[in-house]
Amino acid sequence: MYTQALNMAEADDRGLEDAATAAQFQTRIDADERIEPNDWMPAAYRKTLTRQISQHAHSEIVGMLPEGNWITRAPSLRRKAALLAKVQDECGHGLYLYAAAETLGTSREELVDAMLAGKAKYSSIFNYPTLTWADIGTVGWLVDGAAIMNQIPLCRCSYGPYARAMIRVCKEESFHQRQGYEIMLTLCRGSDEQKAMAQDALNRWWWPVLMMFGPPDATSQHSDTSTKWKIKRFSNDELRQKFVDATVPQAQYLGLSIPDPGMIQDADGHWRYSEIDWTEFKQVLAGNGPCNRDRLAARRKAHDEGAWVREAAAAYAAKRAQRRIAQAAE
Amino acid sequence: MPVANIQVSETPLVLYALRRADDALILGHRLSEWCGHAPMLEEDMALSNIALDLLGQARELYSYAAKVEGKDNDEDRFAYLRDVRQYRNLLLVEQPNGDFAQTLVRQFFYSAFADLYWRAMMTSRDAALAAIAAKSEKESAYHLRHASEWIIRLGDGTDESHARAQAAIDHLWAFTGEMFAVDEGERALIHADIAIDPGSLRGRWLTTLSGVISEATLELPQTGWMQQGGRSGRHSEHLGHLLSELQSMQRTFPGQTW
Repeated sequence: MYTQALNMAEADDRGLEDAATAAQFQTRIDADERIEPNDWMPAAYRKTLTRQISQHAHSEIVGMLPEGNWITRAPSLRRKAALLAKVQDECGHGLYLYAAAETLGTSREELVDAMLAGKAKYSSIFNYPTLTWADIGTVGWLVDGAAIMNQIPLCRCSYGPYARAMIRVCKEESFHQRQGYEIMLTLCRGSDEQKAMAQDALNRWWWPVLMMFGPPDATSQHSDTSTKWKIKRFSNDELRQKFVDATVPQAQYLGLSIPDPGMIQDADGHWRYSEIDWTEFKQVLAGNGPCNRDRLAARRKAHDEGAWVREAAAAYAAKRAQRRIAQAAE
Repeated sequence: MPVANIQVSETPLVLYALRRADDALILGHRLSEWCGHAPMLEEDMALSNIALDLLGQARELYSYAAKVEGKDNDEDRFAYLRDVRQYRNLLLVEQPNGDFAQTLVRQFFYSAFADLYWRAMMTSRDAALAAIAAKSEKESAYHLRHASEWIIRLGDGTDESHARAQAAIDHLWAFTGEMFAVDEGERALIHADIAIDPGSLRGRWLTTLSGVISEATLELPQTGWMQQGGRSGRHSEHLGHLLSELQSMQRTFPGQTW
């Protein structure tokens, strides 16, 4: 119902990819020009961006679930309002990103269907459960913190609509991150019980958050072309290291221990973390994380149970249009 | 470790503010249950937005009640440390979300009242209530517009949506009478021009309803028996479950700062 006009077979001139046009495109990228929806672009560029932006949108929407899990149980009215507003922001990001993806020619409906069918990915971090209130603090502090690390460079992405979306998203995410950290600070200044709750949450989220930056550079599949097209500006490992370096002092300030006894600070001041267990990452990616099934089931349920509402809205809109035509004819 | 309910000195004005605060909190809580589960993302946004407005209204009203009461209660103690018998909200707002039609009909009945109510309360001689009314009126007007548009879409949409909307109207109608009821304490506040007589809004409320409902090709039930009790803490079974979720942190970890 969202964008019927986009639900059609591709019928443009994307077949005309001669070497000269492709070279011209690359020259524009190299000159840091923004590519806009109506500009010529290689089919692979379009495909890569459609995949990346829609995965990002799906992540925002699925990401509403673990945090939404605590809206009805937030421990004070102030926290409840802040959390609800935050989850609403994530929804807004999702909508905004679907709109950015649609500028590349695929409808939101199609993109959502692919996600519900389990064919499109979303960030694996949302396949972990939020068990205590401290998880809400940790998700804000670390998950949003990691997302910001990933997304700030995307504000300079070569594709205009995505870059512009990221500027707005990053502003809100950094607010969320501070909110999360403030929850942690309150817990860490609270009772022993609260501090233990904060430490437990950090223990559970630390390694999954490091995995958010994706596989190590040596094994990453997409980085080369994405870098050439200025979709990606830093490698997974570079961003991961930046995140760790920024986060360790924050944990120290809270009085929490990073659950990595082997971590050391090198001569250049970088915090060197231990080997990441990529088996776990692959398992979660393969659908075997603690919440993969629940998350998809929840999204499918909302979609299926809402079908009659969307049909009603479409039917009413059609009736109204009919009546207008009839009135005009009178 | 004891987790005591707070004691509230329910003077007429404290009680008056608490009742409206409870309405807003409980309805806001219900709407927030949709967040992440709505039929379309636009409604995840809209319902959360309305929930946030209501939560804001609740917080102002609780804070005002606390100020009037003049003890050590505050917004969180009112929300988290009263049990089901101490809650004073309308039965209507605690009714479960049901399907989207039920949620929107509940919202429509309430917002059509709240819009008139808050507008009238702007002239209250109580400056604090008048100020809360001025803010709430703007919000309620939007809530009413949103709900009305949906009632029309659902009623005049498909056969299924029409049937669901009509079923929701028939089901929730019996909870609307309570909005217009007044007890002795409130009567005194009305005489003092602190409160308004909700009974005086009933005609206009019905006019708003009839307009939307008829455009939606739906029907209002013939007035029948009306359920009451929420204002004096005699609730439906649904509220206890809502509160056990809402209050779980404060009850599990008493006396801590979050």
